[in-house]
Amino acid sequence: MRKYTPKDDVQKKSYFNDRFFVTPSIPRTNPSEDEVFANDIENLDTSVKILETYIEAGHLVIYINACDNKKAITYLRDQLDYDFLMELSAIDYISTRGGFEIFYEMLSTSKHKRIRLKCFISEKEPIESVESLFKMANWSEREMYDMYGVKIVNHHNMKRILMPDDWYDYPLRKTYPLHGDETAQWYEVDKIFGKENRDVIGPEERDSAAVDRYDTTRFARLGHEVEFGVDITDGKEPEHTPLGYQEEGGVKLFGKRLVKELHEDKSVTLDKRR
Amino acid sequence: MAQHKVNYLQDGGAPIALTTIDKIVNFGRSNSLWPLTYGLACCAIEMMATGASRYDFDRFGTIFRASPRQADVIVIAGTLTKKHAEYMRRLYDQMPDPKWVISMGSCANTGGMFNTYATVQGADRIVPVDIYLPGCAPRPETLQYALMMLQKKIRRESVFRAHKKKRLV
Repeated sequence: MRKYTPKDDVQKKSYFNDRFFVTPSIPRTNPSEDEVFANDIENLDTSVKILETYIEAGHLVIYINACDNKKAITYLRDQLDYDFLMELSAIDYISTRGGFEIFYEMLSTSKHKRIRLKCFISEKEPIESVESLFKMANWSEREMYDMYGVKIVNHHNMKRILMPDDWYDYPLRKTYPLHGDETAQWYEVDKIFGKENRDVIGPEERDSAAVDRYDTTRFARLGHEVEFGVDITDGKEPEHTPLGYQEEGGVKLFGKRLVKELHEDKSVTLDKRR
Repeated sequence: MAQHKVNYLQDGGAPIALTTIDKIVNFGRSNSLWPLTYGLACCAIEMMATGASRYDFDRFGTIFRASPRQADVIVIAGTLTKKHAEYMRRLYDQMPDPKWVISMGSCANTGGMFNTYATVQGADRIVPVDIYLPGCAPRPETLQYALMMLQKKIRRESVFRAHKKKRLV
């Protein structure tokens, strides 16, 4: 027989906990295991100061100081044959570490190897543009500035790329609300009609399930329909309105024989199926 | 000189059709609705399909015009972003009166699934909308139906009605 346990406080306890849950993580290996990567690190170390290295999912990850980014990428491109800057962006660590981690993904088409160059900058600290080394960095750095507010120096056209030029704040930061701050929520109204017309337009309806039963301009209660825009706040809506098609005269797509006009008053409910 | 013989005793008598100004003007307006060539997102693909030969918008007298100065209808076909909102309003303002708006698809109606900072939550915050067309994306038949509903609406309008004060939206 199963051992008795008192069940009066069972609702207060956590119903389920996974004893076997392991936070997923990607295993990291030592770069000395890969001959090409070990050689690359040895060469790069002569040019810039390397803080940390490891191999993660086939990528060699190298941490350097932020001031060395251009020097390191130049060396990787010219000396170590990493000829392709695939991606660059920032990761928001403002709340935990007070800044951003910038990463540069590089590919060597001759060695078939990928390198991720990483550096950390504090929130207000600028970083050197690598646009002069790779044309690709032009748009990526503008996007990084647009979305995170990372300051880039020596970029020939440093302005927002996706959001409008007069947009306030940086939308991909962790602190930015998904529905936008106040300026974002009123952006189009302020721009087109002016701030003084905010009351005329009204706030955005963000709840997709919002229904106001007293709003007869936008909603109709099935079975209680009234004329467009009638005030029903004091219970003036009818108890029951007969069912019917929306179009006047009913739908006659298949002719009178198949689909007849529906009149609820004239229809009869059969007691027994014929 | 008339080449055919007119029988004044048949077909309602004299070769004259009697109608009202409202009906004849609305007949013209509703059967030559020229929409603006203007698409925003995936709904625009359905709009193009509706304009192409299989569904054939032309048989409704609906021919896409590349200039807002020549257009009567603007079909807001797709997600309206906040960045683009002012340009859409400018195109609407450039269209001559009378003009109508079809809001096509969930995104244009309510913002749809883009409940985010960058999307206008319904095109009716910017321009007055005549027909709201649900769907994601609506089929070409649905856009045809919306156009027929708009024609129906136009045929009910009065030509002589005093021009209402232009609403903000």
